[in-house]
This record gives sequence, C-alpha cells and structure tokens, in this order.
Amino acid sequence: MEVNEVPQEGNRTLGHHRKALYARDDSGRVIIVPSRGSEVDETVTLQAVERMHAFADDAKRRAYAGETSPLEYWMWAKRMDVALLSQVTGLWQWRIRRHFRPAIFSRLSPRLLARYAEALGMNIEALRRLP
Amino acid sequence: MNMLAEGFQHRHAAHCESGVAANMFTYYGTPISEAMAFGLSSALSFAYLPFVKITGFPLISYRMPPRFILKGLSKAFHSRIHFETFRDPQAGMQRLDQLLAQGKLVGLQTSVYWLPYFPEDMRFHFNAHNLLVFGKEGDDYLISDPVGEEPQRCAGADLQRARFAKGALAPKGLLYYPEQIRRSEISPHLVRKAIIKTTRIMLGPIPLIGVRGMRMLARKVASLKTDDDYSLNYVGHIVRMQEEIGTGGAGFRFLYGAFLQEASSLPGLSMLADYADRLMTIGDEWRAFALATARMVKGRDPMNPETLANQLRALADRETSFFRDLKKVVA
Repeated sequence: MEVNEVPQEGNRTLGHHRKALYARDDSGRVIIVPSRGSEVDETVTLQAVERMHAFADDAKRRAYAGETSPLEYWMWAKRMDVALLSQVTGLWQWRIRRHFRPAIFSRLSPRLLARYAEALGMNIEALRRLP
Repeated sequence: MNMLAEGFQHRHAAHCESGVAANMFTYYGTPISEAMAFGLSSALSFAYLPFVKITGFPLISYRMPPRFILKGLSKAFHSRIHFETFRDPQAGMQRLDQLLAQGKLVGLQTSVYWLPYFPEDMRFHFNAHNLLVFGKEGDDYLISDPVGEEPQRCAGADLQRARFAKGALAPKGLLYYPEQIRRSEISPHLVRKAIIKTTRIMLGPIPLIGVRGMRMLARKVASLKTDDDYSLNYVGHIVRMQEEIGTGGAGFRFLYGAFLQEASSLPGLSMLADYADRLMTIGDEWRAFALATARMVKGRDPMNPETLANQLRALADRETSFFRDLKKVVA
C-alpha cells in the first residue's frame, strides 16, 4: 500500500478516531499513516452492529407480545449472545434460555436478577423493563 | 491525587499489543518501534479456530495469541516482565494506584466494550485489548491506548469494569510492567532467529495454523450456500477479523513489511528490503479480498463463495512461497 492509497473515505464507525496503517511513501520507506477508514471496514462493522440490532428488535417485539422476557432483549442490546452471557454470569445456557420465559423471569430471585444486571452493566429496575 | 510517569511519550500504533510493548520498552530505556516489537516477537501468524466461537462465528486470527508479543520481547531483551492478576477488583485498582504513585508506567489488559472513549460501533465484547496507564488526575486515569492518535482519559469505575470483564480471555485485572531489561541492542542474530520462528509458524504442520489454516478456511468458505444470510455474515466476519479487530490480516502484513524493511538496515540483512516489498504486495491482495467480500455484503456483487475461496487459496500460495524463500535467505 502506498501513502496515497491509505483509505480516507471516512468510516463512520470510527467516530472521530483515525487508525494507524503502514504504507510506503515516495522514497519506498514504510511509515505510519493515520487513516479515516474505508468503506470496506465500515460495511463489515455495520453488518455486525445491524445483526445485533436486528436480534434486539426482534426480541423487543416478542417481549411486548409476551413471548420472551426483557432479559433476552437486554442481552442483545448489550451485544451479547447466550453463550457469552453464560460465560459472564456463570449460569448454564439452558437456565438462561429458561429465564427468557416471561412467567419464569417475573419470579426470578433478586439475587439472580442482580447477577444478570451486573453482567449487563445495568440496574435491576432497568433490566425488568423494556424501553 | 495526581500522578504521572515522567517523560512518557504516546505513539500511535496499528495494533494494541505491539504498540503497548514498543511504547513500554521505549519508556524503560530500550527504544524500539512498533514494527520491530512485532517482528522480534514473531507475532505474525494465521489461525482458523472453528471451535472457538465469537458471536456464533469461528475465531480467525492473523497474529499470535495475546501476551505473545510481550513475552517474546521480554525474551529477546533478556528482561523480566512482571504480570499480576487479581481476584478482587478493588485490590486490582489499589495496586494500579500504588504502582502509579511510584511513577511507573503500567500495562493493562482490558475489554473493549466497557471503555467509554471507544467509538460506539466499535465496542464489542473483546477482552484481549492492551493499553498503558501513565498517570492519574483526580479520579481520571491517563491512558495511552496505542490504537488512538492521542492519549485518553477514563474514569476509575469504567476502567475497573473493563479490567474485570468476564467471558472468553477474561483479563482478570491483568497488569504488567518490566522489572528488568538486560539488553537493549537489536542484533542481526536476534532478527534472524525471530524470522525463522515466524516461517516455522506460517509453514507449520498443524492444519489450522499458518498457510494450512488459510486453505482450511478456504474450504469452509467454498462450502457456504450462496443464498443465505448466514453466509454473508460469515464472510463479513472474516473481513471484520481481518480489517477491524486489532488491525487485522492486511494490516499485520504491512506491519511485518515495515519490520523487514527496518531490519534490512542491520549488517548482513540488506536482502530483507526486497522481502518487505513483496509482503506489502501480499498485504494489498488481502485488501483486495476484503473489498471483494464487502461488495458482496453490500449486494453490489452477487454472493459467490467460490470466488472468495479461490482468492484465499491464492493468498495461501503466495504466502507459502514467500515464507519458504524468506526462510532460505535468513537461514
């Protein structure tokens, strides 16, 4: 990559940040060039972000319909999946899935709720509600 | 309480661990560039680990696992890096304060998700990020995050969360600093040894690692369905691991190219300059692969797994001959 080929297309997922890339200058020396990012990076990052959003939206719709608990919505909203939430809370995956059932979620002990709230970085009150 | 590691200089880097390692060794009296830190620790690699899942997709890595660079450098310079983890988050924060009070520059492993200064869309649950803390002002820690252009600030509570995030590769509050660096000279012998190690990793016998890993991934890509949302997310994931997460595939090839070029100024190693150029070209081909994939993700080109698989195979061929030649020339 030459210095003038370093992408400066403005990847909006980078915010105001620029990332360092190595490229060759006119004399052939490899130097660090700050890059505003490329459309390629933006495409794949947004793809992942949107995938998470889609899961969260779907869970929200089902939660309002009484088919799942707010826990599932918040899990996706915090960019986690069941496997990760299981690692973070130390609970079995099947238990977490069970807690997606609204009737069971509404009867969860404060201790379990606190464990979820801690893992998701929010308070218990917020965890019980939907946005 | 204000504390500061006197005379510390933040430098922008392409990758977190090599950046942290370079800035840390430089601060403690062994001036070294990021590229040299990356090359000397033989950090370049390729690994395709289908049994490790990240949001449902396999782990694809273009460099060696976390802490490899720090450990490799510490070996190269006959030094000792002190690593410390904590069970109790508060104890971990106190220890950090204590070291800062001694004027030390301290390295940390953290999660990316809980660092507030990271751009929102980049905040995924990735636990093997590295940064340096060079001081504290009030409750704010002064942070040199090498992937940022400028130093950052982070409130104590946020930093604590980031250091004690759980899940895969949990940092457990890991902090580190060199206790002793006994050598500061970069010798041709050291460079040769490091390069040979990299060629061994890239050309090694394990089917998931090095060029064989690339071929394995190519087979997997070739088997994807064309009309499936999962396929598009899968190939997008490959590129995300390549371009976004800690510099990635093309970036690491450019970084290693920079290392080869820097090393070519050492006595008896001038032939490395040509190899630097060759690797830069290979890096460009990785970018072409990323571009082709992104076009499919965006729907500009029809999804064609076979095309992408062939590109990966071509890259594996290019890297095979590259590392074979490199091995011969330094041996």
